[in-house]
Amino acid sequence: MADNGIDRGTSGLGSSKKRYSAFSLARNAMSYHQNWQQAWRHAEPKAEYDAVIIGGGGHGLATAYYLASVHNMTNIAVIEKGWLGGGNTGRNTTIIRSNYMWDESAAIYDHALKLWEGLAQDLNFNIMFSQRGVLTIAHSWGELRDMSRRVHAIRLNGIDSDIMTPEQIKDFVPTINIDQNIRYPVMGGFLQKRGGTARHDAVAWGYARAADDLGVDIIQNCEVTGLKRSGRKITGVETTRGLIKTKKVGVVVAGHSSLIADMAGVRMPLQSRPLQALVSEPIKPILDTVIMSNAVHMYISQSDKGEMVLGAGVDKYNSYAQRGSWPVPEHMLAAAVELFPVLSRLRMLRHWGGIVDTCPDASPIISKTDVDGLYFNCGWGTGGFKATPGSGHVFADLIANDRPNKIAEPYALKRFETGYLIDEHGAAGVAH
Amino acid sequence: MLLINCPHCGARDEAEFSCGGEAHIARPLAENSINDTQFADYLFFRHNPKGIFLERWRHAAGCRKWFNAVRDTVTDEIIEIYPMGGLPKSKAGKQAHAENWRRASAAEKAAMPATKGKK
Repeated sequence: MADNGIDRGTSGLGSSKKRYSAFSLARNAMSYHQNWQQAWRHAEPKAEYDAVIIGGGGHGLATAYYLASVHNMTNIAVIEKGWLGGGNTGRNTTIIRSNYMWDESAAIYDHALKLWEGLAQDLNFNIMFSQRGVLTIAHSWGELRDMSRRVHAIRLNGIDSDIMTPEQIKDFVPTINIDQNIRYPVMGGFLQKRGGTARHDAVAWGYARAADDLGVDIIQNCEVTGLKRSGRKITGVETTRGLIKTKKVGVVVAGHSSLIADMAGVRMPLQSRPLQALVSEPIKPILDTVIMSNAVHMYISQSDKGEMVLGAGVDKYNSYAQRGSWPVPEHMLAAAVELFPVLSRLRMLRHWGGIVDTCPDASPIISKTDVDGLYFNCGWGTGGFKATPGSGHVFADLIANDRPNKIAEPYALKRFETGYLIDEHGAAGVAH
Repeated sequence: MLLINCPHCGARDEAEFSCGGEAHIARPLAENSINDTQFADYLFFRHNPKGIFLERWRHAAGCRKWFNAVRDTVTDEIIEIYPMGGLPKSKAGKQAHAENWRRASAAEKAAMPATKGKK
């Protein structure tokens, strides 16, 4: 199991869950898969908890899991207004990488990547983590030069990153078009071999099952309607299923962070925008890596089912409508077809939008607030999935100890007053 | 796809427009009188309602002129379009303008030193 010097908490599962293995799969096949143990309980909310996490997506469930496994806080609950992983956790394009330029970003995203390596063993859940590499393409000389600067900065932080020529890219990805006479020609690129994909739903389910095993109550269909305060202190959470008393509340609700912040009288510098993705009909394997292009805001990979998974850039106006605006995928698909002519007759099966909370500096907010016991983990914008384990790990530490650790510290809300921004807009090589 | 009614050119496809974010953010001209926290309200903190939002748009690929819009961020319906420098006339727009936290912020108060006492 990967170790990397991180306190991963209790390893594997406790005694209340039967372990998943090839053997258990065979044994359950004998009874037509009718007797699998329930992965997590449908918990009823108790009157009081030591901590309540609002938001049952990947980040929220990871937070709960690490609170229980690393910090021994097991009298906690995760409350979710819909169903587990039904928000942005189930709407992203599952890409994982840590090739960010600034030191602060490298620290948190690589912390996450180290947790990804070994997460399936930690959780005893096949999250289908596949380090198939993430290749970011440059389409102009200017972009290529800027990319080499970034690659060197990334390597100085000990994160693997290699520049590739168009010929090497063609060799690595035979379906790509490296003709220099197209609108977005391939001028070069850089590869993070440790990057890749994981099955997003499995990440939510794996964390939920492991957290439940440690005693965490996971309460679905329970919407927060208000936050109860006594002076400057949090005392409880009002929900559609009654009042839940608690002294610590961790808010991990992505696109709806501003609304929960309003309930507490806290302001966040966030703008909620739709981020769109598309999935094609399944085809034979043609792409065994992840391709990203920042100039066109396009990223593409192929799922294990054979579907091409394409993601676009964020929409240009705020919206809570989970559908998005047409010009965005139109532009992205035009570039995708030019880069991969083989896709030209592919039919898209599904198209959706998720509401992401974008921050002015394209970096997250992991922070205490002016209200004692109220913590926010938000602002991940368009790139939160890759950080799921790392985000949960440092946020759990913040909630348990009421002070940020070294990795989380730069992400405090205060940075918008001090000016110590972590400006990842251009720096990360992000089609965020 | 939004159909946006440019006050100068008429109804056009949203692809022709760029969105300028929250409207009615006045620059605190008397910025020396406000602290960093208050200045951050002007610089970084934006209203992000689930509902009626007052925002700026520009007909970037047309007349290139700016204008304001009242839009519902849940349905994406554009309720009203009104000129820069003006205030919304629709009931929803008026209410959204009055209820915005920014109206009471120190940054906005510092925006109008010259008109002090007039309004």
